[in-house]
Amino acid sequence: MSILHTVNKSPTDRNTLESCLKLTVKGASVLLIEDGVYGAVSGAVSSQMVQDAMGNVSVYVLGPDLKARGVDESRLIDGVKVVDYDGFVDLATDNDTVSAWV
Amino acid sequence: MKFGIQVNEGPYTHEASVTAINFVKSAVAKGHEVFRVFFYHDGVNNGTRYAKPPQDDINIQKTWSELAKEHNIDLVICVAAAQRRGLADEGEQERNGLDGNNIMDGFRISGLGQLIEAGIECDRLVVFGD
Repeated sequence: MSILHTVNKSPTDRNTLESCLKLTVKGASVLLIEDGVYGAVSGAVSSQMVQDAMGNVSVYVLGPDLKARGVDESRLIDGVKVVDYDGFVDLATDNDTVSAWV
Repeated sequence: MKFGIQVNEGPYTHEASVTAINFVKSAVAKGHEVFRVFFYHDGVNNGTRYAKPPQDDINIQKTWSELAKEHNIDLVICVAAAQRRGLADEGEQERNGLDGNNIMDGFRISGLGQLIEAGIECDRLVVFGD
């Protein structure tokens, strides 16, 4: 069973991204939304943790929330995929369940 | 696919209400059904009709109301969370002896059973909030 995990807080604000990545299993998807998008930026405090997790899980980031914060896609960790809201809906349907790390 | 949505965060707090609205808009545009949105905790404040945000800001409560009308979405406010926060419909007004009610058109007040039902009836339950 595949799970889509959503994380909506910055890794410098809460530890939800870390908790999420620790508990995801191979084949899961993680979507960073709202302030969670900061977790997708390279050179940040959480970048190594995200990069290590990407061997097992797919990491996505919500494009409109990146744009709202002035974060250019060139600053993202290699391999992080940018999706829009349609992509969010597709991820929710493609996985068997959705788990929000709030 | 049939979606259930849960909103736990108040409007104009962080971003969850607007994220949920955008998700719902996208889902219905792609041909999915949004069966119910359940407003829990501070999320119940998404359903007051007395909110008057500045004109250049999104009117979150009105947007929910319009979405519900257009796409036949059941907007349910948790009764216990509503009582704590001063959200009332006519029934709650009468039951609690209040001098008025403030629920937005398209919303209704009910219990947690509605959330459980959404979890059972829907293919996916997506949670937004703090």
